[in-house]
Amino acid sequence: MAEEETELSDEQKKEIAKWFLLNAPAGEIQYVAKDLKSVLNADDVYNEAASEAFPVYNKSHMICLGMSGHFGDVLVTSYGELNENEYLDPKTAQVAIVDHVKQVCTEVRPATDEELPSPYIEEYRCALEAEMLKYVSEAYPKGVCSVYCINGKDAEGPGSDFELVVVISAARLSPQNFCNGSWRSIWNIEFKDDIQSLELKGKLQVGAHYFEEGNVQLDTKHECRDSTIFQSPDDSAIAIASVIRHHETEYLASLEESYLNLPDTTFKDLRRKLPVTRTLFPWHNTSQFSLTREISKELGIGK
Amino acid sequence: MEAAMGLMRRMPPRHSETALSALLSLLPQHSSDLLSQVDLPLQVLCDVDIGKEFILCEYNRDADSYRSPWSNKYHPLLEDALYPSSELRKLEIEANDIFSIYRDQYYEGGISSVYMWEDDNEGFVACFLIKKDGSKNAQGRRGCLEEGAWDAIHVIEVGPEQEGTTRYCLTSTVMLSLTTDDESSGTFSLSGSLRRQMNMNLPVADGHLCNMGKMIEEMEGKLRNSLDQVYFGKTREMVCTLRPPAEVAQMRLPDS
Repeated sequence: MAEEETELSDEQKKEIAKWFLLNAPAGEIQYVAKDLKSVLNADDVYNEAASEAFPVYNKSHMICLGMSGHFGDVLVTSYGELNENEYLDPKTAQVAIVDHVKQVCTEVRPATDEELPSPYIEEYRCALEAEMLKYVSEAYPKGVCSVYCINGKDAEGPGSDFELVVVISAARLSPQNFCNGSWRSIWNIEFKDDIQSLELKGKLQVGAHYFEEGNVQLDTKHECRDSTIFQSPDDSAIAIASVIRHHETEYLASLEESYLNLPDTTFKDLRRKLPVTRTLFPWHNTSQFSLTREISKELGIGK
Repeated sequence: MEAAMGLMRRMPPRHSETALSALLSLLPQHSSDLLSQVDLPLQVLCDVDIGKEFILCEYNRDADSYRSPWSNKYHPLLEDALYPSSELRKLEIEANDIFSIYRDQYYEGGISSVYMWEDDNEGFVACFLIKKDGSKNAQGRRGCLEEGAWDAIHVIEVGPEQEGTTRYCLTSTVMLSLTTDDESSGTFSLSGSLRRQMNMNLPVADGHLCNMGKMIEEMEGKLRNSLDQVYFGKTREMVCTLRPPAEVAQMRLPDS
């Protein structure tokens, strides 16, 4: 197990630092950053690692930041990314300027026309957003949702394909109870004009970390597909929302089932609660084992 | 050091090996502290004489060789290596025999090894190790785990005898990870590590093996229980907080 004690280059240290930052559980990157800083004891290496790792972490965890003014929250996601620190909030047509390492929004500016979808697309996007906000507020006590157009946003009318993405991000951080968790859903919806169909692709991810006198983490991933028919903006929105609701409810039920299976099947394959004999091990009476062992050895029927 | 332990507490348990080797390379001056405070999944080696696997740890290591509890030989062979006294070796042989039966009854498979050595104050130290691969390709009887590992390390310091009793100080660590994967629900993965201590004064007349065995059995039961009930339970609670099941959501509606 002995490690070679060769001095690491700054580049290697930076890569290690990034690994720690990117593996931080939901909501814990700042704590990891603080410990990492003191382990590294080299501010320039840390700063460089942080400037590279934080944007990746923020986007993959789809963190939610409050915008200044009365614009509400913005999600930091790759779908709304205009450049490294600018993130579109399609709901308010505002662009949030973000400080990744501090995880705050420093400034807000109105989005330009080029950054927004055409009126034709916006009608679909906006209708879906309204349906999704309704669903998210019912299903997620702390959920935030955004709907982006990621393909064909400039289509002026029927006859062209486009793609919307619904993002749901719900995090619950209670470090004082040693518990953090996050739920992330990403739903890609392809509007296929030629076959008048909507193809849905969902990616659901749940993580939880409980660390009071220990370290236990849950990590789940699930992908699913579905389709529905291309209708008016409002009807499409209702259809999509009900497909999403259906799949996410099913998924939650399957998570519950995984938990229910733990004690009697899954966990049992690692260690049983009681021995196969269903009584505690007879430590007081182990001489019988030695005896039977001797006998089986003599008879040549040992394991 | 404190910051390093803080990092270990947050990194995914299934990546503990990567995390530890990263810390070792960043903090070479703390390597012995890190190695003694951070437990890693156990490694095994095959005893060439007996054809049976044994578990490696710091306690059966001398230089780059590891002593097998089955043949008492170092792998690879090592001259002038350390061995327990013949009296302690006798207890070690017996402990390995009985602990194998214990392990088989609780784990339905797996590998175990017990090592003992004299310590400086008239007592001795014993280390009981268990490793089980419960995945469906290995020894998972029920075939439900895509991946499943359980590693247990129990170190017991046995003090000198005083008026018929002896003090036993047990430190146990359990590391586990399990993943299920199926079409309808995707991957579901839990991983974790726990470390606990237990001290007891017990009558020597019952025998060291009996005393140590009972403590380990009780501790393993406790650890398994708190993982199952408390730790997994907390992550489940978290999932239900993030997205409450429909019944709960509906119950809340009248209030809002």
